[in-house]
Amino acid sequence: MLTRREALLGSVLTAAAVATISAMPAVASAKDVAGLPREKVTLVAPPFVHAHDQVAKGGPKVVEFTMTIEEKPIVIDADGTQLNAMTYNGSIPGPLMVVHEGDYIELTLINPDTNTLAHNIDFHAATGALGGGGLTLINPGEQVTLRFKATRPGTFVYHCAPGGAMIPWHVVSGMSGAVMVLPRDGLKDDKGKSIHYDRIYYVGENDFYIPRDEQGKFKKYDSAGDNYDDTVKVMRGLIPTHVVFNGKAGSLTGEHAMKAKVGETILIVHSQANRDTRPHLIGGHGDFVWEQGKFANPPAKDLETWFIRGGSAGAALYTFLQPGVYAYVNHNLIEAVELGATAHFTVDGGTWNDDLMTQVAAPKAIAS
Amino acid sequence: MSFDPVFTFGVIGAAALIGVGIANEVGSPASPLPSPVSAVLQPGAFDHPMPGEFLRDNHPVAAPVTREAIDTPLEIMKYQVSVADYARCVGEGACKPADVRKVGDVPVTGVSHIDADAYAKWLSERTGETWRLPTDLEWAYAAGERFRGDIEGNASDPNNPAQRWLDQYRKETSLGRVPDPEPRAQGAFGINSKGLADIAGNVWEWTSTCYVHTTIASDGTQAADSIENCGVHAVEGFHRTYMSNFIRDGKSGGCAVGTPPDNLGFRLVHERSGMLRSALRELGIS
Ligand SMILES: [Cu+2]
Repeated sequence: MLTRREALLGSVLTAAAVATISAMPAVASAKDVAGLPREKVTLVAPPFVHAHDQVAKGGPKVVEFTMTIEEKPIVIDADGTQLNAMTYNGSIPGPLMVVHEGDYIELTLINPDTNTLAHNIDFHAATGALGGGGLTLINPGEQVTLRFKATRPGTFVYHCAPGGAMIPWHVVSGMSGAVMVLPRDGLKDDKGKSIHYDRIYYVGENDFYIPRDEQGKFKKYDSAGDNYDDTVKVMRGLIPTHVVFNGKAGSLTGEHAMKAKVGETILIVHSQANRDTRPHLIGGHGDFVWEQGKFANPPAKDLETWFIRGGSAGAALYTFLQPGVYAYVNHNLIEAVELGATAHFTVDGGTWNDDLMTQVAAPKAIAS
Repeated sequence: MSFDPVFTFGVIGAAALIGVGIANEVGSPASPLPSPVSAVLQPGAFDHPMPGEFLRDNHPVAAPVTREAIDTPLEIMKYQVSVADYARCVGEGACKPADVRKVGDVPVTGVSHIDADAYAKWLSERTGETWRLPTDLEWAYAAGERFRGDIEGNASDPNNPAQRWLDQYRKETSLGRVPDPEPRAQGAFGINSKGLADIAGNVWEWTSTCYVHTTIASDGTQAADSIENCGVHAVEGFHRTYMSNFIRDGKSGGCAVGTPPDNLGFRLVHERSGMLRSALRELGIS
């Protein structure tokens, strides 16, 4: 028997079917975009973010990104629990893409033939075609290029959405990331005054649903397809087995802790493609927080904990005032401590500010 | 996506019961099984919308219709494989229990492409014949007047892909098909002109045809390029759609919008050339 490919290539298509296919003129917008300057950006793995201008230099441009989808097993906790991960560019979350309002994001998405599943990408920052999902579904061995205009400033989730039950399964297997569309003149505080950050970190939070065996131990599967039935059953319970930052419990602690210096201002972009979360910086605050992540709205000030709706990304700006170790957690503390959603900042430099806090009397026996 | 607790949780016990029941009933696995009831269709030619998705000049277009021929008699099961049939394979340890809803002479459902392949392999061993999933083409030929290809929008304005999506959506909605999840007794959906039972009822059937993206050359007459994804296969029934190999519940495995298969099952083709080959092999000729 012929393979389907041979059959296809050998077939003479009937005239009737062909006649109905009209000639395809080039896409109308291509002309408008053709004259714009182009910039090619190499993405970096989170929590880091590719170099970018906070205030745009010059007019709109086309910013080209490339991501390769990698299906691979990864370890998601200290016990060696394995997730048959699906990733954008090899990392969970996928890389943060930064552009300015009015720029075009032009993404080439590659699904190598070493993968087994069809994937696509739904950009919450994009308009139409299911966020681009309707135009980007690719089989292993294919690539696709999508361009969309970044019309709204803010932080936005992107995720895989290849149809039906594949959608949540791909998302909880790791396929999400975020885009940050900066206002052309940069970020503003609640009074409209320009603010900038010295460092930016991107934290992607994931809920994972790993099936257990009869003894209650996490099961290991040869491939993603093998875990599908079991995983969906756990997913339907809506109780994650792991809630982690950047793909793994402990991915942002110890030697991987995020770094800052006293007096530096950091912007933390936090995304959760599936489930609500509530970031909190223990010992610090959110000076200016865009809970919903959309920079056209004035930021909230002086927050203790902020709420990131499942399916969105938010941003929090903070200037460190004290040196030390800070924990950055999902302040459902069970999820932070038991399920993995904890990160650390090590903040060096400066001197301790006694005015802000001092230990008036060290612990000692209770005075009678 | 609909949530069906009966389907999700009720099936495990049922499947286990069937496994146990059949293991007792079946006796020695060495005793050869009789051939399944099948129909033999004579060769013929027909117009067929090709499976998969098609691009021309970078835009999706309707599946081209090609003149196709079945050159040799096609022997195919008259009925879909039943729960009882499948349970025999489970009982002998060659098949994974299905996520079935019912027992007895109803089509087995809650089976993936992987499960269907395992059953075909087992049946071939147990009958000494070669049984396999039909190709999309064979299934379409056997379905005859009940064949319906993909429900797809007409290529309209190439500058506006949304028209095609809306057209497809409305076409699908206008078919007015209501979900019909309960499998019925074999034969309940009647016999088609080719003598096969239950074609295009409420059990969609796996085929051996891989999902494919095809680019049509700009002269419109040839496939310029195609990329197969054999992790996804065509399933056929009320309409043709495509499912990942490991999906057992068509309702949740399909597209974000569209008619999901009520159930996934299968019927098999008796490979006669395969039979010839194995006969030759036994004689030491090939
Ligand atoms: Cu995916």
